[in-house]
Amino acid sequence: MITFSNYVQAESLDEAYQLNQKKGNAVIGGMLWMKMQKKRYNTIIDLSKLNLNTIEETDEEFKIGCMVTLRDIEQHKSFNEYTCGAARESVRHIVGVQFRNVATVGGSIFGRYGFSDVLTLFMALDCCVELYKGGIVPIAEFANMKYDRDILIRLIVKKKPIKISYKSMRNTKTDFPTLTCAVSKYDGVMRAVIGARPMKAVVVEDKENIFGTCGYDEACSKFAEYVCGNVTTGSNLRAGAEYRKQLVKVLVERACGDIK
Amino acid sequence: MNITLKLNGKKISRDIEPDMLLIDFVRAEGCLSVKRGCETANCGLCTVFLNEKPVLSCSVLAARANGQSVTTLEGVGREAEEFAEFVADQGAEQCGFCNPGFVMNAVALFRENPDPSVDEIKEYLAGNLCRCSGYEGQLRGILNFLEWKKGGAK
Ligand SMILES: Cc1cc2nc3c(=O)[nH]c(=O)nc-3n(C[C@H](O)[C@H](O)[C@H](O)COP(=O)(O)OP(=O)(O)OC[C@H]3O[C@@H](n4cnc5c(N)ncnc54)[C@H](O)[C@@H]3O)c2cc1C
Ligand code: FES
Ligand code: FES
Repeated sequence: MITFSNYVQAESLDEAYQLNQKKGNAVIGGMLWMKMQKKRYNTIIDLSKLNLNTIEETDEEFKIGCMVTLRDIEQHKSFNEYTCGAARESVRHIVGVQFRNVATVGGSIFGRYGFSDVLTLFMALDCCVELYKGGIVPIAEFANMKYDRDILIRLIVKKKPIKISYKSMRNTKTDFPTLTCAVSKYDGVMRAVIGARPMKAVVVEDKENIFGTCGYDEACSKFAEYVCGNVTTGSNLRAGAEYRKQLVKVLVERACGDIK
Repeated sequence: MNITLKLNGKKISRDIEPDMLLIDFVRAEGCLSVKRGCETANCGLCTVFLNEKPVLSCSVLAARANGQSVTTLEGVGREAEEFAEFVADQGAEQCGFCNPGFVMNAVALFRENPDPSVDEIKEYLAGNLCRCSGYEGQLRGILNFLEWKKGGAK
């Protein structure tokens, strides 16, 4: 469990950012991951008062505040219509309703966890992360940036004609995933995002135009092989690297089939 | 620091440590139904309602409940009793340790979705672990309860 001496509900993003520059201070989202540490902090910074707990929708984009919960993502009608239900599918296996009512999008993305369903989903969308100092950064770039003391304000998902499907594999319900997979098509490009490899999610695009050169069903299995060949998997307590390779093939092919 | 909140309908004001968790706060206020069953935010035994939404009180700061409304099993009243008694009469549980969290989350489910399917029940209650029953008894208990509420037999 973490312990700390001060709790501050920041009145502005600038206040949150300034406080967060001090070693020994930290921002909390839902605190679920933070809580698992054994660490003493000086000041814990809460962003609850900054109205960042809403999903705003315009004709062009969805703006998802960092304090939006995973349960909000699961239940948001229009975001789920836009993502063909992939948003709900990506989070509904995470622990339980009570957990998802607390866990935030900001904490989930800022953490860039190797097991993350949430990161896998957003990397399959045309999505940017808005940082207080770092500005607007494409999510795939953010995933590989060094951890710093910036504040993640919101995610910005650009609306465009898209097809997307999400799949994950778990050894048992509510456990961490052994593999996560999102396949999407927008801007004419088919791509697969593979996470819980057990490393951070990566994007593999159909650079060989497999879907342009053969029938759809054949392309699905060829693309699945292609993704499998271009993704590194590893072993941990939950599964071996070879098993994960098999999962990549199966889940990518199935997800491609979903978005025919 | 000072917090003021509604706990089971009663407004209270208390001085707390900034890092106090909601579970320890409500227990100190005598709400002993709320228990800690794990250290990893996995078991659901600590479920309370924060502004009517079920949350894990083991993972929420008491400070965050400032100005909000918190309900524990003690405050849900007849709605919870009726369900808990019914499930007990069905012999659905064994040791009963998981029961307070299970009842809270089942009440949250019925409020959100009064006529859930088997899949919806399983999905909603997936975050309530039970180490004895294998969940079959509870599922049967819930289905029979819903039938009974609709006017069926016990
Ligand atoms: C038991 C357990 C099981 C889980 N299972 C899964 C799973 O199956 N799939 C999955 O995808 N995830 C899983 N997770 C991760 C979970 O979904 C959340 O992603 C995680 O808890 C982080 O979200 P949080 O809101 O709790 O963030 P916190 O724990 O509060 O914060 C996480 C990190 O992000 C920082 N941070 C938070 N918000 C901001 C911000 N706005 N700006 C800058 N930094 C910020 C914090 O300082 C901290 O370093 C699990 C977590 C736990 C504890
Ligand atoms: S005590 Fe286990 S989830 Fe809260
Ligand atoms: S009945 Fe024993 S833990 Fe559920």
